[in-house]
Amino acid sequence: MSNSENKISYISLIKNGIFSENPIFRVALSLCPAVAVTSGVKNGFMMGIAVLFVQIMVNITVSVVRKFIHPKVRIPSYMFIIATWVTVTDLSMAAFVRDIYAQMGLYIKLIVAFAIILSRAELFASKQKITPSFFDGLGNGIGFLFALVIIGFFRELLGKGSLWGYPIVDTKPLLIMILPTGGFFAVGILMGLFNWIDMKFFGGGGASGGGH
Amino acid sequence: MEFGKLFELFIAAALINNFVFTRYLGLCIFFGVTKKMDTSIGMSITFTSVMVISAALNWVIYKFIMIPLGLGFLEIVIFIGVVAGFVQAADTIMKKVSPGLYYKLGIYLALITTNCIILAVPLLNVSEGYNFIESMFFGFGSGVGFSLAMIIMASIREKLELADVPKAFQGLPISFIITGLIALAFLGFSGLITL
Repeated sequence: MSNSENKISYISLIKNGIFSENPIFRVALSLCPAVAVTSGVKNGFMMGIAVLFVQIMVNITVSVVRKFIHPKVRIPSYMFIIATWVTVTDLSMAAFVRDIYAQMGLYIKLIVAFAIILSRAELFASKQKITPSFFDGLGNGIGFLFALVIIGFFRELLGKGSLWGYPIVDTKPLLIMILPTGGFFAVGILMGLFNWIDMKFFGGGGASGGGH
Repeated sequence: MEFGKLFELFIAAALINNFVFTRYLGLCIFFGVTKKMDTSIGMSITFTSVMVISAALNWVIYKFIMIPLGLGFLEIVIFIGVVAGFVQAADTIMKKVSPGLYYKLGIYLALITTNCIILAVPLLNVSEGYNFIESMFFGFGSGVGFSLAMIIMASIREKLELADVPKAFQGLPISFIITGLIALAFLGFSGLITL
């Protein structure tokens, strides 16, 4: 019985990460990569995978060592845990996916400064056992991946007329969508859309948070 | 060291490769603090000074400690440690030396450590191979560019309070669209200087 209850709560952890607490559209944390790497679906997907990996590993590590860290030095300790896993990701990507890394290397390094990863470590993993922390990381990571892929989908389709590098539409593309401007437009419009859906169908208060 | 090249570096960092509008960095803080003009100005001062000092500090550490020891691959861990340590030290010193300034700017200092824009300056300095003076000018230019972006945005958002925006778009979504429009204007600076 308790087993099935656990399963439900794990699923709800993942669902929270994707919808009601989606890192980009709802909580509005870590917005830089949402605009920076989403000029194509492929880049957005790779960035999402990197964040997913870092988030899960950080959550697990923090959860494992949570009893050994003195509360006063916890934030610096978490920063070093995050920085270590980001270095691992950064060097692996530099070795295995060279062409993509060349375009977005700086942003991979800057995963270390993502507020979302630190906030999940602080709010969730530092108080929970390993398994729930893993699922929380999975949910948030997937939510992030989902948001990046959606933004990338619209920008690449409208801006280049292709998806994942393969041409789809044969008309003249809207160049503006792959310029910096287009990234801000796409995120703004999708965020508004998410708010609208939330208000219309789920009775939410609209107006997402924001801040650091 | 010719002055012209440094000036070009400064203009390029502040206008052409503006951190917010063309490199898309520091967006969290950009959208977080630009609701009011006062906070934006306080944030601009703190950010610019921290960026210049951390650029200089990290350059020295990279050149004289990390390279001789072959620790280049640890740049992320070390840079974030240096910035965090420096910000903490500045916080403590400011509290003792000038409490007045501390109450004005202290809260911003706490937010700075985990910010991508502060970390991006030393990382870019390393990847572009700037020397000591160039690194500091790059940090300064980036800081001025970021300040410019925040002050423009804050003055627009203060007016926006009075505008009639559809409910779903209130707050962040409309701010993103406005930022897009400013980014479009900043596109005009590209080609101003060819480095």
